[in-house]
Amino acid sequence: MELMTPLFAILCPAIAAPLILLSKRHPNVREGWTLVASVATFSFVLSMAPKILSGEVIECIFFQTIFEGVYFGLKVDAFGLIFAITSSSLWILVSLYSIGYMRALKEHAQTRFYFYFAWAIFGAIGVALSANLLTFYVFFEILTVSTYPLVIHDQSPEAISAGHKYFAYLLTGGCFFLFAIMMTYYLTGTTDLIPGGISALGSASRTILIVMFFCFLLAFMKAAWMPFHSWLPTAMIAPTPVSALLHAVAVVKAGVFGIVRVVCYVYGVDLMHELGLWLVLACIAGFTMIVGSFFAIAQDNLKRRLAYSTISQLSYIILGAAFLTSNGIKGAMLHIPFHGYMKITLFMCAGAIMVATGKKNISEMAGIGKQIPVTMLAFSITALGMCGIPPVCGFISKIYLCFGAWTLDQYGIIFLAIILTSSLLDVIYFFPIIYTAFFRELPKGGGSGTGEGKIKEAPIFMLVPLTITAIFSIIFFIHPNTLFIFDLVKTAIVDLGFGGV
Amino acid sequence: MLIIAISLLSAFTILLAGWVNRKSCCFITIATISFQFILSIYILRHVLTVGTIRYWLGGWRPPWGIEYVVDALNAFVLVVILFLSLLVAIYSKRNVEHEIEAKKLPTFYSIFQLLVTGLCGITVTGDMFNLYVFLEIASLTAYALIAVAGGRALKASYNYLIMGSLGACFYMIGVGFLYSVTGTLNMGDLRILLPPLYANRAVQAAFVFFVIGVSIKAYVFPLHTWQPDAYTYAPSTVSALIASTMSKVMIYALIRLIYSVFTLNFILSYIGLDLVICWIAAMAIIAGSIFAITQRNLKRMLAYSSVSQIGYIILGVGLSPISIWGLYGAVAHILNHAVMKGCLFLAAGAFIHKEGLWDIRDFEGLGKKMPYASAAFTIAAISMIGIPPAAGFASKLFLILASLEASQYPFVAILLLSTLLNLVYFWRVIDRMYFVGHGHGHEEATDGGESEGGLPLSMLVPMLILAALCIILGIFWLTELPLPLFYEILSDLGVSGG
Repeated sequence: MELMTPLFAILCPAIAAPLILLSKRHPNVREGWTLVASVATFSFVLSMAPKILSGEVIECIFFQTIFEGVYFGLKVDAFGLIFAITSSSLWILVSLYSIGYMRALKEHAQTRFYFYFAWAIFGAIGVALSANLLTFYVFFEILTVSTYPLVIHDQSPEAISAGHKYFAYLLTGGCFFLFAIMMTYYLTGTTDLIPGGISALGSASRTILIVMFFCFLLAFMKAAWMPFHSWLPTAMIAPTPVSALLHAVAVVKAGVFGIVRVVCYVYGVDLMHELGLWLVLACIAGFTMIVGSFFAIAQDNLKRRLAYSTISQLSYIILGAAFLTSNGIKGAMLHIPFHGYMKITLFMCAGAIMVATGKKNISEMAGIGKQIPVTMLAFSITALGMCGIPPVCGFISKIYLCFGAWTLDQYGIIFLAIILTSSLLDVIYFFPIIYTAFFRELPKGGGSGTGEGKIKEAPIFMLVPLTITAIFSIIFFIHPNTLFIFDLVKTAIVDLGFGGV
Repeated sequence: MLIIAISLLSAFTILLAGWVNRKSCCFITIATISFQFILSIYILRHVLTVGTIRYWLGGWRPPWGIEYVVDALNAFVLVVILFLSLLVAIYSKRNVEHEIEAKKLPTFYSIFQLLVTGLCGITVTGDMFNLYVFLEIASLTAYALIAVAGGRALKASYNYLIMGSLGACFYMIGVGFLYSVTGTLNMGDLRILLPPLYANRAVQAAFVFFVIGVSIKAYVFPLHTWQPDAYTYAPSTVSALIASTMSKVMIYALIRLIYSVFTLNFILSYIGLDLVICWIAAMAIIAGSIFAITQRNLKRMLAYSSVSQIGYIILGVGLSPISIWGLYGAVAHILNHAVMKGCLFLAAGAFIHKEGLWDIRDFEGLGKKMPYASAAFTIAAISMIGIPPAAGFASKLFLILASLEASQYPFVAILLLSTLLNLVYFWRVIDRMYFVGHGHGHEEATDGGESEGGLPLSMLVPMLILAALCIILGIFWLTELPLPLFYEILSDLGVSGG
């Protein structure tokens, strides 16, 4: 029973998908399946936490593959579980939210939407729990393909060309990934994810290792590191719940998750040091953080600004992993769920603003703080969190990152400065939104949309999830161990051989 | 042995029955092929558990008589051919009635049956000249089947006839050379007699003639010129059958020639020969895909895609002297491609059957009108691209590993590039079917009530079976299950290792 839990966890969305398709004529039943499946997935995932915390690893082998030494299966460890908990818990909330959003906007093809949504979650949870790179790759590609219909949901020519761009980037990345995986297998005879790295990799030649590492990096274009980021803002054409879950949580997080996996579980800390790759990675991340923030400042479309903010924030995670220190990695791992919760709130707020007022651009948002106070309050709280201001959880992960930078042997000061600058830039691009919403006067006359009646808050289905995530962002600050997150991070750090805290 | 005899007999039975009752033809075909199929599974089991089957025709001992040899490889190919033929035969019933005049039906089915006979014959024979005979049977029937559609198909068929005859001649010259040098036509004997003669010019020339001859038939790039026209204008049933089985049998013949007649030592004694094969295959992979991208006609696009996919198999064969994964990849892709391409052609046939659509640009909204056929097409296309967990992914993995083991990094790049090219031309179709156009209606579209618009079940089921197989096979190849088959094939072909 215990061993089957990971299997059940990934099966839930997979079973839900056909059920959704079958009940396409009964919207309530259809949405019911989504909700049931999401709650079930979440409970299965969460039920594994105590066992993992006691230091065990749950392995669930499906079959031995034709490649000697590689099996196809799931292995739950602390780090994977963090990602799984994040995606599955947010799936519940986003499902609620999308019910409100899709119905309020009377979107077409809702069945297709929920169907592929379930598959995307299937892919994300599978990525989180996979035992080796081959399994990882299979779920990774499922995630890519299943999100395509979501990205082009609109079916307008722009949406479709955005979808093509999305595919071109991510599947090209997939090709590099496949090459890197096969290379790993060819060199070491295994593709297992081992805390501390695959030791046999150390005997390979330096050049090959470096080339392979870049292939891995290109593979994780999902992490939207610069200069391979441009698919992410383009993909913002998708409906907001999709942007929220997939482009702030599942897809991009699968990318950074993969990078952390490769850094800590394939190459290993020692090898990364020896090859000097950490510095390369850290520079890429630092560059992305700063430049991403600058791009964000320049955007007027709210969703696009959030997209660039995501690009910049993701690099915090990459940077943390690149530090290769206990604190740095801890910050990176914490930032995965924390950023997930905060960014999803922001996106859901953006969607709620659009549904309630029809506004997409920041410059039009003067005074909406008074019209839709709940939404904008949630927005402000999490925006503060993004900047790393207490009492929101972004502060915790960022402070660990700063510790991580401080304890570096070389260049520590530089990276510390980068983190602080980037946080400052975060303030610069978030603050105007809050200011415009609350302190600018509502333009008189024909300003407020089409002028039909008073602007109200978005439907309750949308409002509740975004309030919950905003509250969680604060709870995570007060009590980081909610949903076992902090303990899991500690366990993961111990697994990696950093000993103690 | 029984397989051939039954098939041959039934071909004539069909012709006779056709005079009596036109409708019975199809059922006789289906019955015969199902029987053959069951038999072939039994043979495969027998081969895997007991060992190679040898049958002496007329009781004459091999060097004089004709010998049939069935080992793991051809038992496997036999199963593939018969399975696909069976599904296509089931599919054909309604489709052929639609595309061909009733008068021609008995002829059509007896030729169909003869083609299957020829393919099986090529597969089981252990004699070089007998192989030629069956090759001609299969080719002549294929010309006829393509020409059945009339109109432009006649020209396509004529083209094929000329190229095919050239190929057959080349093959025949090869046989002649070998016979003049060794005095035998039996493959097993040749294998023993040839090694001392490797340096002989006639033997070398024979090898080249064989390879070119078979390559024409298997439309290996750049000898593929007859193929796109033939596939495009032939009736859909026929394109499906020929695309999925005929080329596979030719590849099988190539593998058989390389391994069982000439053996690896011959290949390896000429350094670079295997590399030449690999590079030709690589060219085929890329060129086929690029041609496919430029096509607007769906069937023509699929035809070019076949050119590219045959390249995969040949690449596997070319890499196999160095890495066993090459052979695994080739063998796996023989089945995978048969299933995928079969499914795609059947779906394309369904589109033409129901909506009369040839041009990819007209496919808008097809996903709503024919949900099952489109879904089958999509799954097969995804498998072609090689997205896990579909079948194409497994063959791609094997081939990449083979290239790595052979330290041939360019081929890895080519395989991955080809993935992207495949993506381009298949995704264009999928986009058209599901997403392009008529979006934007901000209301829940009324999900079409009469799904499939009445596509006959006999056409739908084979398609869906193949689509399901695309996924099942993908997982099957990744497990350990196929290993016994691979080991058996390796040991039969005399390759060490494994």
